[in-house]
Amino acid sequence: MEMTRRDLIEFGSKLLVLASAGATLEQITGAEPAPDAYKVADHWWGMLIDIDKCIGCGNCVRACSNENHVPKGYFRTWVERYEIREDQQPKVDSPDGAMNGFPVPTPADIKAFFVPKLCNHCVDSPCVQVCPVGATFISPDGVVLVDETYCLGCRYCVQACPYGCRYLHPEKNTVDKCTLCYHRITQGLTTACCENCPTGARQLVDFKNPKDPIHEFLKHNKVQVLKAYMATDPKVKYHDLDVAVR
Amino acid sequence: MNRFLRDSAHLIRPALVLLAGLGVFLAVRAAVVPKSFGRYGHYRAAALDLIRSRPISYAGQDTCVMCHDDEAKARAAGRHAHVACEACHGPQAQHANDPGSIKPPLPDVANLCRRCHEQDAAKPASFPQVATAEHSGGALCNTCHQPHNPHL
Repeated sequence: MEMTRRDLIEFGSKLLVLASAGATLEQITGAEPAPDAYKVADHWWGMLIDIDKCIGCGNCVRACSNENHVPKGYFRTWVERYEIREDQQPKVDSPDGAMNGFPVPTPADIKAFFVPKLCNHCVDSPCVQVCPVGATFISPDGVVLVDETYCLGCRYCVQACPYGCRYLHPEKNTVDKCTLCYHRITQGLTTACCENCPTGARQLVDFKNPKDPIHEFLKHNKVQVLKAYMATDPKVKYHDLDVAVR
Repeated sequence: MNRFLRDSAHLIRPALVLLAGLGVFLAVRAAVVPKSFGRYGHYRAAALDLIRSRPISYAGQDTCVMCHDDEAKARAAGRHAHVACEACHGPQAQHANDPGSIKPPLPDVANLCRRCHEQDAAKPASFPQVATAEHSGGALCNTCHQPHNPHL
């Protein structure tokens, strides 16, 4: 009996020493971020979309698809066309996400406009809140991202997103979405969609950069967000947005 | 003291078992949880570097004009001044990395111009639009217009 107790004590204390050594090693090797010119704390990314400038050419959709290798039939960004007749019931279409623009022209003499859509990179994202494994998150610079190596493919976030901006990648079986071209904006480039927008309807915005033109723009213009009643605090702002847009 | 130890022997044993359990938990946790998990929040901070390391396809306007002076000047003088090169010519990061061997294909003019300039009531009224069938009678746009500076 005495020996058993001693064995137990020895075994227990060995385990404790091992565990604490492991935890300390963890702190030594894993805590320091790599030195880098890009500081996450200095940025807060979003986008400004000017409805009155969008011509529905679909350049953004093609650019996004090329840049991010979006599988065919899935969209990280797309353009919707709203047609509003006298009955005020909007008719919305988006042929192939506007990948080739809108081949069938809008009938004349009705109210119509284009609405580009993408992940709103919400500050209070429902998608981040529902992820059971910490695979989707908002980065310190305000971009909602998916950690592919952690995602289980459970699709809670796909259902939670009020804007329909997420999909399950058919080959990877993990959730995929707009990254706001995180690989571009963190090296000084703009997003693929903004780079290729011919009219400047889409503008990448850094709310933390005091020199960003957004601050001057917001002083003189009124902007709106999609589904403000969802209280998700989207960072994609729309100028000249119609009440019909859902 | 001996008496105290003897009297509390039934407590010491479970306490040791609990301690051993805690040790096992800490050891497993240290082995399983990734190093960068929790640095910024309830996620793996290393995922940020993973996403940042993805390759780019569009080199960006500033890269194009480093070599293509004449086109850049023609474009800057015309109505297409704010249209990026790759908006019409497609993704050219590979071409920019290796201009000698990777040549960009010529744009598909028959569809390219129409996507922006075909008449559509949903487009802003101030944007230049034409009904191409009536406007050119089927001729390609670049028969008359220079795409880099399209004004006649």
